[in-house]
Amino acid sequence: MSEPIIPTRTLFIVCGALLLLTALTIGAYFMDLGILHTPVALAIAGAKAVLILLFFMHLRYSSGLTRIVLLAGLLWLGILILGTMDDALTRGWVLGTAP
Amino acid sequence: MAESSLRPMNALGDTHSVETSGAHAAPDLQFENLEQQHATRVFGMWIFLVTELMLFGALFLMYTVYRAFYPAAFAEGSRHLDLALGGINTAVLIVSSLCIALAIHAARTSAKRSQLALWLLAAAVLGIVFMVIKGYEYFLHYQNGEMPVFNWTLTGAGAGHVQLFFWLYFAMTGVHAIHLSIGIALVGIMILRALLGNFKPNAYTPLEMTGLYWHFVDIIWIFLLPLLYLIAR
Repeated sequence: MSEPIIPTRTLFIVCGALLLLTALTIGAYFMDLGILHTPVALAIAGAKAVLILLFFMHLRYSSGLTRIVLLAGLLWLGILILGTMDDALTRGWVLGTAP
Repeated sequence: MAESSLRPMNALGDTHSVETSGAHAAPDLQFENLEQQHATRVFGMWIFLVTELMLFGALFLMYTVYRAFYPAAFAEGSRHLDLALGGINTAVLIVSSLCIALAIHAARTSAKRSQLALWLLAAAVLGIVFMVIKGYEYFLHYQNGEMPVFNWTLTGAGAGHVQLFFWLYFAMTGVHAIHLSIGIALVGIMILRALLGNFKPNAYTPLEMTGLYWHFVDIIWIFLLPLLYLIAR
């Protein structure tokens, strides 16, 4: 096909990076990060997802159309979660979040 | 590749023999060429994956809402999970994704069909290893009285909210496990088709679609690890 063939070397490096990031996120779990705990864990998960999307799922070489499909999905997921949290957190159901 | 009957596949996985010359498969009627056929089907797969994202998205939403409501109970529930098993399972799935990627590489570089089948087999076996470890974890939760409905023994203040965490844990990992089972079945079918010589360097679309599905399921697990296992020490 028109998509370039990703060399095996790249695939192995990506896999190594993914395993390294897994070790990193478990290491971060044992560190005292306070309020940054969850954001750091999610950032590392996001980085792993990007690596898989770009190289294993070939998004790096895909058409803009394919990328827009994914971005649209993520946008709606964001609207789903942010829109709901916007409502749930402003009703005074959680301590200290009453309007 | 040796001369053998070439079978381009349509999106439903139907095969139909096509007169071929050399290593070039013919596209289906509605397509201009193989590139367009491949791109169209992969595009359809991505749309399907985004609907899957919305399915998991509903679970992630419930998780986010209830974790905001009961952060202490979620941290407590998280401490009941076995991080070693969760970590090992993450590594297992990452390596299985590598195997899928190597299988597609083998298919596209005209490697022997046995080599393609072996990479697929490795991925399927790793998928099964994941399921066995996950099943063992479920068994431990059952033994420890951490399984809502079947065996729930935690009591005291906030135990109900910890149970909520476990409801979500079983729903999220359960839906993920169902997806992985489907993935293992798909890879099994791909192994048979690889051995039958169905795939060529320019006709490997079903393999690509199976791979996309497998990697998607992998990504879901990559987010489940921090959300379920790594909430708080």
